[in-house]
Amino acid sequence: MTPVALTPHSPYTLGTLQSGPACCVPQPILEIKNLTVRYGDSTALDGVSLDIYKGCITALIGPSGCGKTSFLSSLNRLADLIPAAKISGDVRFNGESIYAPGVDVRRLRTQIGMVFQKANPFPLSIRRNLEMPLKEHGVRHSHELKARVENALQDVGLWDEVKDRLDTPALQLSGGQQQRLCIARALVLKPSVLLMDEPCSALDPISSGVVEDLILRLRGTYTVVIVTHNLAQAKRIANYAAFFWMKERVGKLIEFGQSQQLFEAPVDSLTAAYVSGSRG
Amino acid sequence: MQPVQPLQSVTSAHTDRSLQLTLFIVSLVTASVLGLIVLFIFRETLPALSGPGMLRFVTDESWHPLENQFGMLPMLWGTLASTALAIFLATPLGIGAALFCRYFAPRPIVRPFRALITLLAGISSVVFGFWGLTVLVPLIARFEPPGASLLAASLILTIMILPTVALMSEAAINSVPESYSGGAAALGLSKGATIRQVILPAAKSGIFAAVILATARALGETMAVLMVSGNVVQTPGSLFDPIRTLTANIALEMAYATQFHRSTLFVSGLVLTFVIAALAIAAHRVEHRAGSHHAA
Repeated sequence: MTPVALTPHSPYTLGTLQSGPACCVPQPILEIKNLTVRYGDSTALDGVSLDIYKGCITALIGPSGCGKTSFLSSLNRLADLIPAAKISGDVRFNGESIYAPGVDVRRLRTQIGMVFQKANPFPLSIRRNLEMPLKEHGVRHSHELKARVENALQDVGLWDEVKDRLDTPALQLSGGQQQRLCIARALVLKPSVLLMDEPCSALDPISSGVVEDLILRLRGTYTVVIVTHNLAQAKRIANYAAFFWMKERVGKLIEFGQSQQLFEAPVDSLTAAYVSGSRG
Repeated sequence: MQPVQPLQSVTSAHTDRSLQLTLFIVSLVTASVLGLIVLFIFRETLPALSGPGMLRFVTDESWHPLENQFGMLPMLWGTLASTALAIFLATPLGIGAALFCRYFAPRPIVRPFRALITLLAGISSVVFGFWGLTVLVPLIARFEPPGASLLAASLILTIMILPTVALMSEAAINSVPESYSGGAAALGLSKGATIRQVILPAAKSGIFAAVILATARALGETMAVLMVSGNVVQTPGSLFDPIRTLTANIALEMAYATQFHRSTLFVSGLVLTFVIAALAIAAHRVEHRAGSHHAA
């Protein structure tokens, strides 16, 4: 396979991180243009434009309160649920604007799944946690339900741990298992994009490592956008990285590029200070 | 260097101790009042419960104390039927009101609506009875005389326990973590599916506790039921039959009952007390379990 330069100005050859299949030819699946998120009078995020590439892992880094989560939740229109939130700019998913009138938000959310910081399995059995969303989206045949539940649990490496107790409450699982169940619950709907809001921050180091390996395995098949405060983790898993920072109490995108470049040869001095640990 | 302060302060230890003592005495008084009431009822029931008279509550045909007939079953059925029907009606109404308030009501009307339900809880039972007697009973009588009936009693009870179900269910629904509804929305679930599949299952113990407490209230309600139920001692055969409940019976006959008759009234009071206490404890247990469940 011949290496392909990801961006024309990149001085870097493809390292190990970029060797994943779909990342060689960057093809945007989400195009964000001039996205601004306001809550009442305060601006959480101002004028962000970037592309999310298909099959890649894009990490959003930066200090707390700089708009990373607002950015993430405007990609699946979950920000709509906050009454005071006002979103302007445009987000295109496979070329279609998700904020256009007449967009089926519920269908959008089946294609752009989300995993939250705190694992939030429903107070149902393990099986029902996965079956219920499928049923609500019209999957009726019991063998299909069964197969998709098993596949999703296999994908997150939970199948062997829970196959004998699928009908026990999901809340009895450990924290790491609950988070993997939540990832399975998002995957069971076969989304093409997975948004992850600090999925490891509430987990112990071992569970965190398991989830991190899982995220790496999603690369290629799924497009992952992950918010993380763990710079080492971002460095390990991300193909692309976006650095957000607060300027005059407004969240801004400072720098976006290949992860290696952003971490090793950042263009902006703020980015350099942040990734080296001297600020933030 | 600062001078070393002595750790022991006599005055603060003293005030703490006297506060503790005062509160202990206050609690003791409260607890002993309850204990004394139960003890008193027990003592008064003794003539009826000792000796061979006990079985007559279930074996006697009906309740004619002046003719030595002490069958309580018709009144027990009256109590149970009116309570069951009221719960049957108030549960969906109350849960519906709570869900409406939380998920569907336009913002400006949420507060007035909740205030209205709270106000409903504050109306005294004799006023409900009065309203029932002058409005509800004549209305029912137009379709099926005499009007004072099981149906009238149940409807009045429904209105009376509705605030309990609605307000407690709303509290239970509000205590469902936001992360559940956010998670459901992120899966593309509709509002209806979220409520059905996630919110109600998560809030079910709290809602169940609400229904149990409402049941206790309906069982114990006296005045309003007495005013609209007709007070004929009979096992109700239809919704339009007059009934007499155990509580109404006590209120009606206490004034002139003597000896064995008087004692039997205390027996029915004791039974009601135990049932309601058991329900209250059950509600508390269920709610407590719900609390620990969310913390997990």
